[in-house]
Amino acid sequence: MADEAGKHIGEVLLSASNISLSFGAVHALTDVSADIREHEILAIIGPNGAGKTSLLNCINGVYHPQKGTITFEGEPRADLAPSEIARQGIARTFQNVALFKGMTTLDNIMTGRNTRLGGNFLKQALYWGSYQRDELEHRVLVEKIIDFLEIQAIRKVPVGRLPYGMQKRVELGRALAAEPRLLLLDEPMAGMNVEEKEDMSRFVLDVNDEFGTTIALIEHDMGVVMDISDRVIVLDYGRKIADGTPDEVRANQAVIDAYLGVSH
Amino acid sequence: MLYRECGQFKSTYRDDQSIFPIAQDRWALWIALAVAIFVVPTIGSDYWLGSIFIPFLIYALAALGLNLLTGYAGLLSLGTAGFMAVGAFATYNLMIRIPDLPFLVAIILGGLIAAAVGVLFGLPSLRIKGFYLAVATLAAQFTIEWVLTTFGWFTNYDASGVISAPPIEMFGYEFKSATSRYLLTLSIVVVLALAAKNMVRSSIGRSWMAIRDMDVAAEVIGIRLLRTKLLAFAISSFYCGVAGALWAFLYLGTVEPQAFDLNRSFQILFMIIIGGLGSILGSFLGAAFIVLLPILINNAAGLFGGAIPADVVSNFELVVFGSLIIFFLIVEPQGLARLWQITKEKLRMWPFPH
Repeated sequence: MADEAGKHIGEVLLSASNISLSFGAVHALTDVSADIREHEILAIIGPNGAGKTSLLNCINGVYHPQKGTITFEGEPRADLAPSEIARQGIARTFQNVALFKGMTTLDNIMTGRNTRLGGNFLKQALYWGSYQRDELEHRVLVEKIIDFLEIQAIRKVPVGRLPYGMQKRVELGRALAAEPRLLLLDEPMAGMNVEEKEDMSRFVLDVNDEFGTTIALIEHDMGVVMDISDRVIVLDYGRKIADGTPDEVRANQAVIDAYLGVSH
Repeated sequence: MLYRECGQFKSTYRDDQSIFPIAQDRWALWIALAVAIFVVPTIGSDYWLGSIFIPFLIYALAALGLNLLTGYAGLLSLGTAGFMAVGAFATYNLMIRIPDLPFLVAIILGGLIAAAVGVLFGLPSLRIKGFYLAVATLAAQFTIEWVLTTFGWFTNYDASGVISAPPIEMFGYEFKSATSRYLLTLSIVVVLALAAKNMVRSSIGRSWMAIRDMDVAAEVIGIRLLRTKLLAFAISSFYCGVAGALWAFLYLGTVEPQAFDLNRSFQILFMIIIGGLGSILGSFLGAAFIVLLPILINNAAGLFGGAIPADVVSNFELVVFGSLIIFFLIVEPQGLARLWQITKEKLRMWPFPH
């Protein structure tokens, strides 16, 4: 897979080692270790409640694991707030669309660039000089993303009015706007029809290909997972039970047992 | 002149991001400004200028401040009048304690002090939101009122608790007549309204709306919640503080804590609910509704030429006012600004809506 696209998978970008996360007596993650390598598309799969979203939440700081460390770009990371982790270059989308409903598509994606578009509020209140230039520069970059995702027509539409599939696309755009090094996608294709899934898969592949963005995604559609990912991690009951190429995982007995059940 | 964008092509992002992208909106603003500057002072009597237009503008400014906090950043506050009181008393104390301090500087400093107090009472907003935050900001309202009435220093040990405001002089001109006070209020309000409009269309405004719409997602894309929320409190309180100072100096002419009680806070909250949350125009429409409508109703009752006893009229005024509020909220829960927006959308299509 990897060589056919001519891309080379690089060094380890983010590594989670021996992560444990529990909420009271519920063990969401137990001793999970996983590496995400540069430029790869990593799929995280597993039955419902396996801890997939919890793993993403640990990676981008929404939860802080009780045990274990996360190393990003070679440096072990302290428990940072999600906003700080976003500034380090990790962006994500959510399982349930988490767009800013009152704002237009354009504003949503512009908000994705907020970490880069600063300037103090007095300059913004005047909207003049350097701030206006910045805003225009960022607008150009945002328009590129809008072009890329083919959502020009809905640029000025409040996202609350958009159909679900489009909202998912805008959410991807908002995450891309931050120009992340690592992009976490939580079920980007959930609730979509075949056509929308194909579109979204194409976008994920193109993002990976054109921008070189490393992608970790959670997905339930096995067809999609096997087609687009370079590597697959399987979680079950908060433990990692398999890690390998799609073909290896497909043949793994533990994975088959987890999905189909075993007779005791 | 029909309201439509037909033929207004924008070839640069700069044009597209201008403050009023639609030409008709620009003309409407210029016309409104021209009327407010030239027509209103010429035809308005001192009563209309001093007792209706000045309070309307100041209410609009306070509503604007609250709208930045509640409508844009989604943080519900009941401390508006408290922050206005801080602005008024801070400006008063600065003016009597620092001789020759220009009025505008005093008002800006007063606003900054109100902003600092706002930040202090905004601190709980990181942990609590919605109605619970409203109750927490209620503490601001009561604490500030209590401090101002209890400690004599703030009122300069004035026994009555009602102090007449020092006269306002700028560039050797004393702002005494209703017209001059009206024009001064108008210019301050216009400048601050434009600044607010600019803020809500730049990155700080987007951060506020992001927090309002979905705070978890906002944090995950890199918005620092505490900083953004406190900035909302600071800027909102600055606006309220300036409004409070204008209220005391240019409208009442007296500085008294009773002018800034809880009722005032509620009144301003109703203005933004009726006018439209998250809309600059809505703040003005809401203020106009609450200030002007009772007067209209009163005058309408006068048409019956004394056939209705005065006490019935004043009660009837409340009844009509209340039912109109309910009517408008049922017709359009998102406020007058939304009604206006729908009208504009329809006008763009008219007369061929298909």
